[in-house]
Amino acid sequence: MSNQAVQTQTSYATSSSSGFWSTLWEWLTTVDHKKIAILYLLGGGFFFILGGIEAVLIRIQLIYPEFDFVSGSTFNELITMHGTTMIFLAAMPIIIGLMNAAVPLQIGARDVAFPFINALGFWLFLFGGLLLNLSWLIGGAPDAGWTAYVPLATQAGSGLDFYLIGLQIAGFGTLMGGINFLVTIINMRAPGMTLMRMPFFTWNTLITSALILFAFPALTVAIFLMMFDRIFGANFFDVSSGGNVIIWQHLFWIFGHPEVYILILPAFGILSDVIPTFAKKRLFGYSVMVFATVLIGFLGYMVWAHHMFTVGLGPVANSLFAVATMTIAVPTGIKIFNWLFTMWGGRIQFTTANMFAIAFIPSFLIGGVTGIMVSVPPADYQYHDTYFVVAHFHYTIVGGTVLGIFAGLFYWWPKMFNRKLNETLGKWTFWLFLIGFHLTFFIQHFLGLWGMPRRVFTYLDGLGLNTGNFISTIGAFFMTAAVIIFLVNIVITARKDVLTDSDPWDGRTLEWSTPIPTPVYNFAQIPRVRAKDAFWEEKMAGNKNLPPAEPLGPIHMPSPSFKPFLMSFWLFVSGFGFCLHSFFESNVIPFTIGAIGLVLFFATMLAHSLQYDSGYHIDPKDIEGQNKGVDA
Amino acid sequence: MQTEVNPSKLTPGHPEKSTLEGRNKILGVWFFLGGECVLFASLMGTYLGLRGSTAGGLSPQELFGFELVLVMTIILLVSSLTSVIGVLALQRLDYAKMQLWFGITVLLGLAFLACEIYEFVEYVHLGLGYTTSAFSSAFYTMVGFHGAHVLFGVGWIAALIFRATRIGIDETNAPKFYVASLYWHFIDVVWVFIFTIVYLMGMVG
Repeated sequence: MSNQAVQTQTSYATSSSSGFWSTLWEWLTTVDHKKIAILYLLGGGFFFILGGIEAVLIRIQLIYPEFDFVSGSTFNELITMHGTTMIFLAAMPIIIGLMNAAVPLQIGARDVAFPFINALGFWLFLFGGLLLNLSWLIGGAPDAGWTAYVPLATQAGSGLDFYLIGLQIAGFGTLMGGINFLVTIINMRAPGMTLMRMPFFTWNTLITSALILFAFPALTVAIFLMMFDRIFGANFFDVSSGGNVIIWQHLFWIFGHPEVYILILPAFGILSDVIPTFAKKRLFGYSVMVFATVLIGFLGYMVWAHHMFTVGLGPVANSLFAVATMTIAVPTGIKIFNWLFTMWGGRIQFTTANMFAIAFIPSFLIGGVTGIMVSVPPADYQYHDTYFVVAHFHYTIVGGTVLGIFAGLFYWWPKMFNRKLNETLGKWTFWLFLIGFHLTFFIQHFLGLWGMPRRVFTYLDGLGLNTGNFISTIGAFFMTAAVIIFLVNIVITARKDVLTDSDPWDGRTLEWSTPIPTPVYNFAQIPRVRAKDAFWEEKMAGNKNLPPAEPLGPIHMPSPSFKPFLMSFWLFVSGFGFCLHSFFESNVIPFTIGAIGLVLFFATMLAHSLQYDSGYHIDPKDIEGQNKGVDA
Repeated sequence: MQTEVNPSKLTPGHPEKSTLEGRNKILGVWFFLGGECVLFASLMGTYLGLRGSTAGGLSPQELFGFELVLVMTIILLVSSLTSVIGVLALQRLDYAKMQLWFGITVLLGLAFLACEIYEFVEYVHLGLGYTTSAFSSAFYTMVGFHGAHVLFGVGWIAALIFRATRIGIDETNAPKFYVASLYWHFIDVVWVFIFTIVYLMGMVG
């Protein structure tokens, strides 16, 4: 081991011990997947609260007919930012946070394949999100809806530039995360962990990552085209110069439909881990579940035009996309039944995590059934752009993804933070959220059928929409209360003592086999996997833990680095520069800032590339007994 | 600064796959290129949708000439070959040959970029600006994205050559050269599509 490597190890050892600034520095430079997971939760949680506040403001505006709580233009900004924030900056990052927390441990790996890129992905997401939200302070937020349809979006104000460039930067981060998990899962599984023995959350992470990989570049191109239209005067969407506005819709939905599966598949994975754990039974129909997940991922990529039935693509295109869409109900139905059969005859424990998981099934089912309804083109002409569609996708994303995320948070919290969330407060959160959710969105199906269009900032009295909207808003208050109780729960939990039991749920998969707190290298010895639900099988066989697959020895670790933060910051500076183009007469100043940011970004990348840093080694015997795990 | 890597451990064959880090890098770049396929497919789809929308400006048939594009195609195809020879040298642990052939690859990449810049300048002189028509925006964006990828590849390989002057071939360098050459082949394949779909189809109308 060289001198430099020894030094790095010493500096690591001291940095985790004392002082606010050294702690901050440690978090800014970390490449440890367990810490990056926590960063994702913090970042995603921050934007979730922001998006939640926007949602509540939207619902307050709609509580009474012709209410003037916010103006129409503010309302447009609120709905645009609510949708964009929740999807790109809240749901996805929290999901990627859970993936970071669980997947390397579930497959028996010491870290992800590319720890540096993992950190880069997080910081790109954070700076992209900050740039997007900076628009509230400078020139007004984007107001063309989260889908940013042209020509409305090409003619909209400066907020759209923040939308485009912010999402572009955040999107790069997500893409890197996707590639990272694909390689991690394929290359870094512990000996014996065959694909068909993988924990189910890992399977769903694999398929989700593939969807990210093949969906996000379409968004990248769509965003570039609109950026070039708005900033450089290109004519992609300018009909008077031969442009075509439908290209945006195609590219956006080629990304956008896989995106909804990117949001829901990880939640399916969480359920498939949580339900067996608390039913004390193995997952029913494991291989069929794998097949269903792969099929959903594949079909999910083929159905984008069902968002465009009313565009007028013609009966052949509409029929093909309708049939493809309906087909997805088959593998999804398989999953629903397999979860039910997993619980059938099990000793079900009603922990908060499991209650969220169980509530997911009927809630998401309603979203699935309305999905079949909107997949019928003639019927969709009636539903399109009404509150029926709003109710449908909130049933899938809130009733699906968000309930799944809550289940995952309650389930993995002891793994991530070494403390159990309070179960009593958790159940308050659960009931308030579930009741609030159905109160808010169930009535919206009927509001839509009664003729209320989506994205309108108010409605007239006497149309029969008053009661429904009032109920819906009350439901939103319930959900707000649930989230506040959840935040209180986090604060209370953070002050509790660290758990002594590293396996609080009597878990089945490898992440529960590591000591508490999990050491920075995860496994002193990489385990040998001998079955599905490997940890559970070993416990049933009377073993304390999995057998090791290697002798004890020095463990190679990647060095911490500040460059992911720095690279993301320069891209933020560059993006901010280009966003300023509508504030200046000439383009000299914005383009100069934009170019400087890009140059510094590539210079930092080059500096990283030219660095000779092969990390450092930890000898597990040296640090045994010391508290080296993630603690937050 | 010294590294822990002991070059003497490397044996000819597949030094790029001798470590887990190296194998991760190779698989990661394959996936990245999969994503890049979608990127270029989206751009190509956009171009195909807009190539007839000249808005009274110059059309592909009036614009494209065969000679320059053929020369560019040959340059890029040859550069792919030289990068293969570079990788073969890498796998024989022949440092000098590897540097030489990757150096030639960089020079060919620069020659290609010079031709492309000349081509674009000519088109602008002929009256096809970026904002002239939907076709012009789509054409410059499609071909320009490819050109930007070539530029990035040139910078990437040049940086690797520079980096290798200090440490020779070792197990950290080998996968870096290998994946850069994968990327370079990909850029080449994209150009074959551009040559066919943009230029040849553009010339016959």
